[in-house]
This record gives sequence, structure tokens and C-alpha cells, in this order.
Amino acid sequence: MRHRGLRWAAGLYVALIFLFLYLPIVVLVVFSFNKSRLNAVWTGFTFDWYRQLWTDFAIWRATGNSLIVGVASAVISTAIGTMAAFALHRYSFRGKAAFESFLQLPIVIPEIVMGVSLLAFYALIDMPLGIQTVTIAHVAFNISFVAVIVRARLYAFDFTLEEAAMDLGANRRQTFFRVTLPLIAPGVAAGFLIALTLSLDDFIIAFFTAGPGATTLPMQVYSMMRFGVTPKVNALSTLILAVVIVIGVVGQFLLRARAQKEAGGRAA
Amino acid sequence: MATSQTLARERALDTSDVMRRKLYGAHLLLLPAYLWLGLFFLFPLLIIVYYSVSQAGGAGFTLEHYARLWDPLYGRILWRSFWLAVLTTAITIVLAYPFAYALARAPRRWRMFLLMLSVIPFWTNFLIRTYAWMVILRSNGLVNSVLASLGLIERPLSLLYTPGAVLLGLVYGFLPFMILPIYASIDRLEPSLLEAASDLGARPRQTFWRVTLPLTAPGIAAGVLLVFVPVLGMFVIPDLMGGAKVTLVGNLIQNQFLSARNWEFGSAASVVLMALVVIGLRIYKRFFRLEGVF
Amino acid sequence: MDKRVNRLENLCAKGVGTLKKLILVVLSVLLMAAAPAAGVQVVNIYNWADYLPEDVIRDFERETGIRVVYNVFSNNEELHARLRAGASGYDLIFPSDYMVEVLIEEGLLQPIPREAIPNIAHIDQRFLSLPADPENKYAVPYLWGTTGIGVNTRYVTEEVDSWDVLWDPKYRGRIAMLNDAREVFAVALKRLGYSLNSRDLAELQAARDLLIQQKPLVLTYDSDNTKNLLVSEEVWLAHGYSGDVLMAAEENPNIVYVVPKEGGSMWMDMMAIPRTARNVEGALKLIDFLLRPDISARLSEAIWYPSPNRTSWELTSPEIMEDPSIHPPAEVLDKLEWLEDLGDLAPVVDRLWTEVKAD
Repeated sequence: MRHRGLRWAAGLYVALIFLFLYLPIVVLVVFSFNKSRLNAVWTGFTFDWYRQLWTDFAIWRATGNSLIVGVASAVISTAIGTMAAFALHRYSFRGKAAFESFLQLPIVIPEIVMGVSLLAFYALIDMPLGIQTVTIAHVAFNISFVAVIVRARLYAFDFTLEEAAMDLGANRRQTFFRVTLPLIAPGVAAGFLIALTLSLDDFIIAFFTAGPGATTLPMQVYSMMRFGVTPKVNALSTLILAVVIVIGVVGQFLLRARAQKEAGGRAA
Repeated sequence: MATSQTLARERALDTSDVMRRKLYGAHLLLLPAYLWLGLFFLFPLLIIVYYSVSQAGGAGFTLEHYARLWDPLYGRILWRSFWLAVLTTAITIVLAYPFAYALARAPRRWRMFLLMLSVIPFWTNFLIRTYAWMVILRSNGLVNSVLASLGLIERPLSLLYTPGAVLLGLVYGFLPFMILPIYASIDRLEPSLLEAASDLGARPRQTFWRVTLPLTAPGIAAGVLLVFVPVLGMFVIPDLMGGAKVTLVGNLIQNQFLSARNWEFGSAASVVLMALVVIGLRIYKRFFRLEGVF
Repeated sequence: MDKRVNRLENLCAKGVGTLKKLILVVLSVLLMAAAPAAGVQVVNIYNWADYLPEDVIRDFERETGIRVVYNVFSNNEELHARLRAGASGYDLIFPSDYMVEVLIEEGLLQPIPREAIPNIAHIDQRFLSLPADPENKYAVPYLWGTTGIGVNTRYVTEEVDSWDVLWDPKYRGRIAMLNDAREVFAVALKRLGYSLNSRDLAELQAARDLLIQQKPLVLTYDSDNTKNLLVSEEVWLAHGYSGDVLMAAEENPNIVYVVPKEGGSMWMDMMAIPRTARNVEGALKLIDFLLRPDISARLSEAIWYPSPNRTSWELTSPEIMEDPSIHPPAEVLDKLEWLEDLGDLAPVVDRLWTEVKAD
């Protein structure tokens, strides 16, 4: 009896937080249909911005760049960060505390400091600027974020499970894929999501490290501030949101279908 | 059980050879991190340190920039940033924990989806998201319009350009950074442990404080790191939502690299900030016995 | 359990394979994106977004066969920081006049040979020989503007002609100032009757005190959102750039732009070639193209900013030419000053500004 009440309250709370998270998003989406070119006051309904978006090559290129940088840096930093988290969790070695402190620095460092110093470094070693230099920069700060999240997950990880598996005859690879990975997956997934989010939203570091032709979406939008961040940007964000949510929902259905098939199969 | 006996025997027979192999594994796993950060973070950092001890114009060695930081003006700025970060982190923990807990206890199939849903709002552009908040909070914005039409207020509430708005903006922006690590750690919580606790006579509140919370502490600690530290250097949200009437650490440093064109002073300030935070984190770890968490 | 784990394992193996393929695809796309098409000349410009109309670019590309890649920055300081830190690859940049002065000082620009840009003869005398670059050796005028007050006449019914109105307690919480040390100090200095390029410490400190006095009345310090603040009527009096206020006026007819009688600052966006430019020839061609009177008129018409190009004025619509907010009359222009770089006094002003903000 008490349990049902608790679950009810939990559901309500989750809904409230989602309301909080999505309130500005709803406003943002509504304003994508706003007549006014400024994101300030509602003056009327129009599809114009979506129409204009269709032919705005620059903004699509920037979106593409952001996606490439985002996914690439998230994948690479998740891999490196997870490995680092593992090493730091399991082993103790000389200089570990120093490295742990060093690993915190990318989280501390003010973005402009990282941007400027990395650009200066690129100039020093004569590295040509482009989309690759932004990706490198994003990986550099994302590694720490991923490592922190995965470590938090590993903290409660029961390593005897690994040893038990090996005892039962599994080799290292089997143990990793069948025991370790599934158990730390939520941590790795959370780390990946944070890395992707940080990369997609980063302006300052991308601004400093990008080369000509490698403008990312935040860079493009920020530069629009002088003449107005038009609802074109809202329209773009709405479309991206719609696509991602659709992918998520479709993924959910596929998962549910598979689960049902499994359940049906087992019952039969 | 046969297994635990085997394990015990194995551990007892742990030779130095095995230990050496294990450590070799550590450095191998860390190699990518060493390389990437060593090249693309350490070197740039050294450039910053070099700037911090250079004279303006790059002439020679000097500590004047560090000396300049002793001014109480900068101490005030740091103090303000510190408290803003503390408040933001505290509120974020309170809001995020129940949410992450509920998510981690949701039907397994829905977890990933719900988690993604809580992050997706942050894949829209930051600037228009903040503009949206301004549309909601300003004096003729959504909130005030609704309250006025319901007859609850006579004059519009001044919600925007206040410290409250700054907190709201920061908490909103950093909520996922607290939700994700807490979620990641709660998922490990075994229901059997909770059952065991209640079996042993613990009331729900005791179970929470003595079992659940301590076991999920690493997630909270990680979240604190991911929220408190970046908020310390934050200034865009405070400027937009608070009216840029207050100078924070982030403003100070950003200004030095942009409008003041004093990279040397900015670098010194950054070095001091980084040193303070790293030392602070060491103390925080030791005090809360969080070795192994981050 | 076993079947699920097996599937997970296969998924992971397949995942690694797909990942390898993905990396190859991404790398090849990146390489293709990075390498310019063979034989096509490219000129990389670095400008504010929406500051050079698409159709003008297309015409240039068609006439010369040179492709223009439009890169964007969001303010002068960031442009400077990038160039100083070593960013290269930009052939033509569009800094404001005060930034040109700094860039020249730091040796980040290369001189522009007069012979290559004959159309510069069309530029009006008043807009040549700016203090930033008296011989126009390094930078060429593009578009200009003024800084004044955006007034919402629906709420501010009195006649506004002086900076004093920004200190009027009647408008507490309805005033916005720019978030720029020099521009804000310029207002205070002008109100006190001093030059906005004053180097006198006493004058600067007096200005600081005046600004600290004003602070409780100010709702926000914002250089980027003046338009939004005015249009949403959150703010009734905004210290702002002419272009921004005029854009707000377009959306909200209650808003007018005023240049106060004490005078204020004028600013000029200019074209310059960084020292590290790769396609100098292409940049010079583009500069000369943009200096053509017919093109200049089109710029002015599209962006609603006044052009310094005298010959283009005959080709520009009267709507723009006769609007005193866009093209102020000579008496007003005489009271305006260009912002000069303060050099070694810059950290002092920065410190005073921090004091105003940190109060």
C-alpha cells in the first residue's frame, strides 16, 4: 500500500523535473514559428524560418561540423576515459595521486584559458587549424569528465565477480564482455552522453581552435547575436530535437518488441 | 564454497611477477590518456604558466601578476564565485538525487530512454535556451503574464536580473551533470541490501540515511566535482540572467584575455584558480574519505 | 541470460567493426572537407555573421571565379585573441576601428597597397585618416555607425537629448548600458564634459564614481541583446549601437534612436589583411569590389548601416540617406569622437571598470 503511494510520488516528481527541464524548450519551439526576427516578443505565426532554414547552407554546414566533432570526440574520449577510470580504480602506483589531480585540471580550467593556450600550442607546432583541431580539443577536456563518471560507477563494482567468472573458466575477453562491460555500461553510457552534450554546446574552445571552414553550430549562433539570433536557430534546434526524440522512441519500440519476442519465445 | 577457497588461495599465492604484470596493465590502460593529455593539455598549460610569469609585452621574468592578485578586490570576487558555486551545487544535489533515483528504479527498458530525455534539452543551442528563460521570467514574460491574468499579482514580479534568476539559470544548466553521475552510481544499488536492512528492523528513513546514501555517495561526490568546479568559472549565465552587474572569477579571467588584453595577468589568475581548486579538492577528498571516487 | 550475453558480445564485436568503418568514413570526409577543390581559388573571410549579404558574395564569385568561405566571429576581442594566439588562414578580416589600432600595434596586419584598391577614392574624407590608421595603410573603411540611446517613447514621454536621462531615478530598473568598458566610460566622460579618449586619471576616476552612482538604476549591462531588451519593453532607455536600436525600431515603432547633444562615440568597421593571409591577391580583389559605389549602396540597403562611400550615397535609397538615425547631419557628426586605444592606460581603465562592476 505504502509502496504504491511512493511510486506515485516518484512518478510525479520525475514529471515535475521534466517539466522544469522542458519549459524553456517548449518556449523555444513555439518561438520557431514567431514572425519577429528577434527572440524576444511573439508577433505572429509563420513557417518562414523553416523555409529559410532549408536554403541556409552555412548553418547546415555548421550543424554537420558540430555533429562530426561531437560524435567523434565523445567516442574517443569515452574510450580513453573509461580505460583511465579502470586503471585508476584497480591499481595503485607511484604518482597516482598526482595524476588524479592532473586529471581534474581540464574540469577546472576556464574555457578561454584552454582555448587560447591550445591555439597558441597549435601555432607553435605549426599544426594547420581545421575540424580536427577542434575535435582534439574537445577530447582533451572530455576525458576527465568521462573518467569521473565511470569511476563513480566502478567504485561499487565488485571485482570478485570478475575473479569468479575467471574461476569458472572464462578467459579475459569473455570476462570483460560478459561480466564487466554489462555491469559498467550505465556508467559508460552516462559518460558518453555528458561528453557529447559538452561538445555540442561548447562555444569558446571551438571558437579558438577551429580553422577556416570548420565553424561549429554554437560559433555560428553566437556570431549571429550582432544582427539578431533569428528564429531560424530555433527552427534548427526544433528539428534536431524532433529527430533525436523520434530516434529514441523508435529505439524504445524496437527494444520492447525484442523483449516481447524473447518473453514469448521463452514461454513457448 | 569452493570458489571463495580458490580465490583465497590465489590471493595468497600472488607473486611479485603477477603484481608487475598487473601494474604494466595500469600504465597500458593509461597510455592513451597520458599521450592525449600530455600533448594537448599539459603543453598548453605550460604555455599559460609561462605567460603568468612573463612581463606584459613578453620581456622577462616577473611575479608581479601574482602579486597583483593579493588585492582584496579579487578576494571578494573569488568569495562571491565560491558561494554561488556552493549554492548551485547544493540545490542541484537536492533536485537531482530523487530524480536519478527514480530513473534508476524505473523499469529497465525505460531507463536509457528517460536518461536521454533528460539530456536532450541541452542539445538545443545554449543561447536560445537562455533567451527562452528570459521570455519566461521577464517582467512581461510568461510567468508574470500568467500570474497577472489569474489576478494573483498587481505589479509584475521582478524575476529576471536577480540573484535568484542566476541560480535558476545555473541549476538548470548543470542539472544533468548531477543527474548522470548519481544515476550511474545508484544503478549498482542492490535491492537485496535494502531488504536486508528492513529485515534487520530498520525504518525506511534509517535505511536511506545509513544504507542508500553512503552507497551512492560516490555518485554525489562525482556530481559535486562536475558541478561545483565548472560553476566556479562560469559567467555567461550569471551575466545574461543577472544583468552583468557582478564580476565573477570567470568574468575577470575572460576580460583579461579579451578586452583588457592582459594575457599575463589572466594566466596568473587562472593558475591561482586551478591551484586553489586542486588543493581544495584534495582536502575535500581527505575530509570525506573519498579516495577512489575521483 | 546466456543468449542475451552472446548477443551483446556479437553486438560489441560488430560495434567495433562498424566503429572502424565509421572512423575511416569520418577521416575521409574530414580530409575532403579540408582540401579545397583543385584549381578553384579560395578567399577566407572572417567577419560578423550576416554582415556581408549572400547576393553580393555570389556576384563577386561570379565575376572573379574566386570562392568565398565565410567564417564568423562574435566580437572584436575574440578576433584579436585568436590572431594574437596564432590563428592563421584568414585572408580578409573585418575588425572595428579601435581593434585595428591594436592589431597594427601588435604587427598582426599587413599593409594594403593603394594601387590595388583604386575604388578607395570613393570614400568620403571624414571617414579616412581615422586615429586608428591615419594613412589608411592597413585598413579600409567598410560600414560605420554611432553609439547613442534607444528610447521607448511610449514610456519615456519627455524629449531625450542628453546622456543625463540615463541617470534619472524615474527610470530605475528600466535602463540598460552596454557591457563595454570604453563605451560606458565614454558616456560618463562625455556627461562630465571630458573627451572620451581622456587619459587624465582624475577624470577617469570621476567617471567611475558617476557610473557607480548610476549602477542601482541599471537593469543590465549587455552589449549583445540591446534589440531584445528594447523590443520586449523590458528596458525603456538603452545605451546602444545605432544599428541595434534601428533594428529594434523596425520591430517596435515606439522606439527611436537619439544621439545626445554632448556627443558620443563613432565606430567604423573596417577591412584588413592579416599578416598570415594566404590569398592576399584574392583579398585585395574583394576589398576593391566592396568599395565599388554600387556594391556599397547594396550593403547599406541590406544591412541598414551607413556607408562611408560618398559616391554610393547617390545610389542609396532616400529612406536610408534621409534618416538622421542612420546618416546623422553634419552638426551631430562634429560632436562625435572615434575611440582611440589607450595603450598603457588600458589596464587602468579595466581596473576601474572592474571596480564599477564588483561594487
